[in-house]
Amino acid sequence: MSEVTRMSRRQFMKTSALAGGGLLLACHLPFGILDAAATGEAGFAPNAFLRIGPDESVTVIVNKSEMGQGVYTSLPMLLAEELCCDWKRVTFQASPVAPEYNHTQFGPIMVTGGSTSVRSEWERLSLAGAAAREMLVAAAAQEWNVDPGSCRAKNGNVFGPGGKQLSFGKLAAKAAKMRLPKNPQLKSGAKILLGKPLHRLDSPTKINGTAVFGIDVTAPGMLTAVITRPPVFGGKVKSFDAVKALAVPGVKQVVAVDAGVAVVADGFWPAQKGRELLEIVWDEGEGATVSTPAMREEYARLSATPGMVARKDGDAAAVLSQAKQRFEVEYEVPYLAHATMEPLNCFVDLKQESCQVRTGSQFQTVDRNAAARVVGLKPEQVILETTFLGGGFGRRACTGSDFVIEASQVAKAVRQPVKVIRSREDDMRAGYYRPMWYDRIAACLDDKGMPLAWHHRIVGQSIIAGTPFESGMVKGGIDDTSVEGAANTPYAIPNLQVELHSPRNPVPVLWWRSVGHSHTAFVMESFLDELAHAAGKDPYQYRRKLLAKHPRTLKVLETAAKKAGWGKPLPAGHGMGIAVHESFGSFIAQVAQVSLDAKGNIKVHRVVCAVDCGRIVNPDTIKAQMESGITFGLSAALYGAITLKNGRVEQGNFDTYPLVRMQSMPPVEVHIIASSEPPGGVGEPGVPPIAPAVANALFAATGARLRSLPMTADKIKSALNKG
Amino acid sequence: MIIFQVNGKERRVDVSPDTPLLWVLRENLGLSGSKFGCGEGLCGACTVHIDGIPERSCVTPVGDVQGKKVVTIEGIPENHPVKKAWLVQEVSQCGYCQPGQIMSAVALLKKKPKPNDADIDSAMSGNLCRCGTYGRIRRAIHAAGGNAAVKGGDKS
Repeated sequence: MSEVTRMSRRQFMKTSALAGGGLLLACHLPFGILDAAATGEAGFAPNAFLRIGPDESVTVIVNKSEMGQGVYTSLPMLLAEELCCDWKRVTFQASPVAPEYNHTQFGPIMVTGGSTSVRSEWERLSLAGAAAREMLVAAAAQEWNVDPGSCRAKNGNVFGPGGKQLSFGKLAAKAAKMRLPKNPQLKSGAKILLGKPLHRLDSPTKINGTAVFGIDVTAPGMLTAVITRPPVFGGKVKSFDAVKALAVPGVKQVVAVDAGVAVVADGFWPAQKGRELLEIVWDEGEGATVSTPAMREEYARLSATPGMVARKDGDAAAVLSQAKQRFEVEYEVPYLAHATMEPLNCFVDLKQESCQVRTGSQFQTVDRNAAARVVGLKPEQVILETTFLGGGFGRRACTGSDFVIEASQVAKAVRQPVKVIRSREDDMRAGYYRPMWYDRIAACLDDKGMPLAWHHRIVGQSIIAGTPFESGMVKGGIDDTSVEGAANTPYAIPNLQVELHSPRNPVPVLWWRSVGHSHTAFVMESFLDELAHAAGKDPYQYRRKLLAKHPRTLKVLETAAKKAGWGKPLPAGHGMGIAVHESFGSFIAQVAQVSLDAKGNIKVHRVVCAVDCGRIVNPDTIKAQMESGITFGLSAALYGAITLKNGRVEQGNFDTYPLVRMQSMPPVEVHIIASSEPPGGVGEPGVPPIAPAVANALFAATGARLRSLPMTADKIKSALNKG
Repeated sequence: MIIFQVNGKERRVDVSPDTPLLWVLRENLGLSGSKFGCGEGLCGACTVHIDGIPERSCVTPVGDVQGKKVVTIEGIPENHPVKKAWLVQEVSQCGYCQPGQIMSAVALLKKKPKPNDADIDSAMSGNLCRCGTYGRIRRAIHAAGGNAAVKGGDKS
């Protein structure tokens, strides 16, 4: 059931029909333009997302990549709710790459990102299920020669007058001959599946080792390659000597590719051993001059100069120039690696007229087209299969398709099925990071202590500039992902100015779970906390006042505070911090309770999270995603930093880039706000509030205000000494 | 020739003895449930049992397991209490680290059938999870150990 589809859509249709197990016919929304029903021997596949077999199987074809967020369950739930099938019969299948599966909002590409899977597919999958249900009902009505209005579908059967009953499987062949409804009607009344904490359909395969991730892909005659990359970004191979590497038993070939030098072997280990013996002369170029401390100085300098204006309300500069008391601070956050547990990898099998790519991609159309360009085939000649992803976090939606391009180049050179695997060090050092950011803010308060002016400059690389998405996503010089969460702050500040500098440098940057919000929430929510304390006010009450016109933000804030017991006495040395942030259509507040351990490190004792993500599909998935976002954000808040010295990334593995472990993970409580609002995302929005919640709690516990991530013992000590 | 037992069956492999056990399992024996995460014994995704002890197969040369008994995730029965608890608690997210987590948990429960939180911290501290399933792993281990305080998933 979990097997990824290994066929192109064309093959898929043909095979399905031949197998008599159902026929898949693609359709485009709106449903009104559908002109022909699918017909099959015995099965029924009214649209690109559903196949019903004569054996009662219900297969939902999922066009989103499964990387932990549960789309192989939540998306089938949306369709099954309207289909009225038996949930126990539902299985999932990864969709091939085809226009039918393109994102409904992001243009003509198949992509999983922006916490949009449920939001963007809710309507389409509901309608797909409703249309199929109506056809099954019509088939039964015709069979019984009764009015379809006298029949109804329930739990995988159609029921008619006088106790008549036929199962979906038995109706499938006939249903396939029914007219596709132009205007399928959604059910009314109580939901059967939606809102229930159903178990994930993919869990059984994930606990017995049978789930196929990209790294598990294999094929007869497959070779395995590793690539030695330049030590600095933008470096090139000048020359190399592969004699010693080729002498390692199992090493087959050594080939130069754009990314570096690939050692191709009959397994990972010989490839690794071979690469250690490579002798490469690099042309390091400009990349060798890049160092993060120097970059930070440059960013600090830029932050003192006017940038592009992303938001202007009132006149912050003028008000600040008259202010009796100004609060002026700098905040900074480092580069961060995605560090998916499964290192990047990609399988490519290039034939004369076709090419098969099997990998954990979030960016299928872009990656497939990139592979096609490399191997010199048309995109439709390249079949990209999406495996399970051992974590994504944006890394597998790479604007540069780096891991697919390098594997395609190796495949082109060796002309044999080949899988390129990155070692952890390759994965961590080859780039694509969350950008490093430097913020400078000046603010002043009114006579009641509330913010009167807020002048904010943000400095950091654009993740979009220089990519094919620049023309669509950078407006008037402003990359919205650089200022999201700051330029659109909900806080009522009469004089607000947000400016942006987007310096360029050779370090590759990319969206990283929660994108710009991962940085702006820390800055906004920490500095707001500072202002509350400066005004002598309770930071929770201070926020409430500023959010009076934002009921959903206010509600999660109040819920988190209440559930956490805000204001109640805490053990000695403990402090509580609160933060609230809207992102990806959802509203999240978190309260963290912290203290310092004997070594001066932050110990997080508890996190309480309130989430309003609108109408919900699966509450347990939402809880899991909040827990997940908090863990991911906590690793960044406490430990995460990628630094460069002489162009070289100083971290390489989990000893130098630590993540939260079992013993450092606090209990997390999640409270979901009941809501009938449109659905919001859940994959990313749990991340942004945790760093400021912890930073604010640290201040409450110790008086140390950290304006720089990660919050290490050294920084805390130095902040305490400054006192 | 290196001869050892995997999941109860004798296996013979003709590879360089310095090859990490992980890659022999994955590439020579077709057991890809044990995962590669770090290659340094830092993340635990490759955890298997060697003569009953949880070990990191990515840093264990296959030459060292000559004559020994190796158990991988594929050798844990489907009805094992740990696997069942993992499903009830709905632990998995991306799932990549879970085979290693389960192998560590199975070994812990064998040694200590009713572990407390400190036991869990200590036994599981070598297994990273980037998705953040630690809380659920803890509950699943308690549940598998028959801790009466944990019943079913923490569902809303």
